[in-house]
Amino acid sequence: MALSFAKHPSLVAYVTCGDPDLATTREIVLAAIGAGAEVVELGVPFSDPLADGPVIQRASERALRRGTALADVLQLAKEVRKQSQAGLIIFSYLNPILRMGLAKFAAVAQDAGVDGALITDLPVEEGDTYLAEMRKRNLATIFLAAPTSPDDRLKQIAQVSTGFVYAVSRTGVTGARKQLPDDARDMVRRVRKYTKLPVAVGFGISTPEQFAAVGEFAEAAVVGSAIVETIERNHGKEAEAVAEFIRELTVVSRRSSARTDLRKSR
Amino acid sequence: MATSRVPSANTRSLDSAIRLRGKRTAPLGMTESGSTRKSAGRFGPYGGRYVPETLMAALQELERQYEKAKRDRKFQARLDELLRTYAGRPTPLFFAQRLTRRLGGAKIYLKREDLLHTGAHKINNCLGQALLAERMGKRRIIAETGAGQHGVATATVCALFGFECVVYMGTEDMRRQELNVFRMRLLGAEVRGVESGSRTLKDAINEAMRDWVTNVRSTHYLLGSVLGAHPYPTMVRDFHKVIGREARAQILKAEGKLPAAIIACVGGGSNAIGIFHEFLKDKKVRLVGVEAGGRGDALGEHAARFRGGSPGVLQGSYSYVLQDAAGQIATTHSVSAGLDYPSIGPEHAWLRDSGRAEYVPASDEEALAGCTLLARTEGIIPALESAHAVAEVVKRAPKMENSEIVIVNISGRGDKDMGILKEKLKLD
Repeated sequence: MALSFAKHPSLVAYVTCGDPDLATTREIVLAAIGAGAEVVELGVPFSDPLADGPVIQRASERALRRGTALADVLQLAKEVRKQSQAGLIIFSYLNPILRMGLAKFAAVAQDAGVDGALITDLPVEEGDTYLAEMRKRNLATIFLAAPTSPDDRLKQIAQVSTGFVYAVSRTGVTGARKQLPDDARDMVRRVRKYTKLPVAVGFGISTPEQFAAVGEFAEAAVVGSAIVETIERNHGKEAEAVAEFIRELTVVSRRSSARTDLRKSR
Repeated sequence: MATSRVPSANTRSLDSAIRLRGKRTAPLGMTESGSTRKSAGRFGPYGGRYVPETLMAALQELERQYEKAKRDRKFQARLDELLRTYAGRPTPLFFAQRLTRRLGGAKIYLKREDLLHTGAHKINNCLGQALLAERMGKRRIIAETGAGQHGVATATVCALFGFECVVYMGTEDMRRQELNVFRMRLLGAEVRGVESGSRTLKDAINEAMRDWVTNVRSTHYLLGSVLGAHPYPTMVRDFHKVIGREARAQILKAEGKLPAAIIACVGGGSNAIGIFHEFLKDKKVRLVGVEAGGRGDALGEHAARFRGGSPGVLQGSYSYVLQDAAGQIATTHSVSAGLDYPSIGPEHAWLRDSGRAEYVPASDEEALAGCTLLARTEGIIPALESAHAVAEVVKRAPKMENSEIVIVNISGRGDKDMGILKEKLKLD
């Protein structure tokens, strides 16, 4: 079932497509789903990833050297969809989508069996045509909510979001951090004032403890740079390494949620 | 597959919002009035605000503060005072008699922005934004720089205001503009080299935006051209409009009539928009922007966005962009670091599409020749950026009548380019 968030928390896994190559990305995505990722964000590499830290910048450069384009990512999604029912989100900067054309993008994405998209540099004010095209194709539009967003912006973000809301845990670019900021919980609480949609928390989550902690207050945790770094460090055995990383990442939270389930059944 | 989707909590209000929308010019859809969401800062379809959500509140706050400052007489008086006593305004409008005679044709005047403190027009905008940062209580300033002129101007105002200053600069540009790197450091700024991409201006902006998205609560991003997300293209333009205001009054005083044409180089386009703006309503004055034609017509060999570029979004703004078929931003080349950028200010895109301004390329070689010519006829060594505007007047003036006047904006001086000029001109 697409975009379901059954676990506590569910894992939303990000990969930069085409790093190290598209065939390997496909294996990685399937391995990630096999290891427990419920939603996969298929990252479209972009030449100017200004919201990303060094790990995803390097991955994007590697993918672009191989000529990976948005059309390839959509084709990849189509192939993954044949083998899996997991949620698939296109995660991109605006320009590659604009170049393809918003209407065409939505049509091809729907045909590929994609569930929705998140465009990093498209705030709600600029999204009308995009929203209309995506609605026509019954595709989810996920927007970022930031710790700097005042309440009136959170309200607008909630209004146009479908699928889930992506709460950015802290100011900054993507990349692993040692500590989950204290205000992540508060951030999610603020978002929930305006929406009943599931909330996924992202930016900086890389350890089993952080992952489990997010489960206490959000439906899902997004893990990106830590997965991309695992891919970078395990040349030739990327898919297994990512599966192993995900199993370790989720072990603490699964143990504690198993306990919760046990208590419930008693 | 994908049978049950989590529904929007607000499907109804969204649907009605979509129905309410009428015609629009922006290809991405500006929201018509009546909706709660409004796209801001449009020039025709161009401009807007395409940034990660984390920066939106800061941009809206900057816009509010700028609107307030614009109406605040004290703010304007302080800016005018600094422009006069610190930057050296007004700058002269100089009749280039020997160049005019040499080219035979239109009478050529030079607007001498190169005589400003720090050596280029950039200081106009830096003083304005420094005053704004002070108003907003932000005492850490970041900036990007290509040629180093904006970096030097930023480092200068930060020294003047006592701000902490970090300047991002591509390592390729640091190599090309070594002297400016040293000047910034001498002024107390930290210069951070950027190794990503083509290691030029575009990459420096990416890195500055990454810093800003991280430190947005304490930091003001002092963007140096009419680029980026709203309100920057409008605000930076407004701080440079003084160039055109002065030039218009000066030419009327000197000649009793308006020029037939104004020529300025266009990287992001701040000096050009600054001198053009006061003349927009004078429909008979031709406005000519000169882009970097580089060393060839192939993608990657030049930075002429109107020759081979197409509309797209880069670094916060919808404008003409040099890009490939998949929407990846192309690398660019120009002998002048300040013009070496794959996009152009959104207002220029609109001036071009609406036909009010025209844009032409000048090659590396033509710019170098223009630089030498101006040095030897008038004793003025222009920056390599401004030399592109000189190259265009060399082509255009001979075809014009003796009774016609043309103003060339000499946006900066060439001192910073001695290294590259020495290498290219081989005069030893």
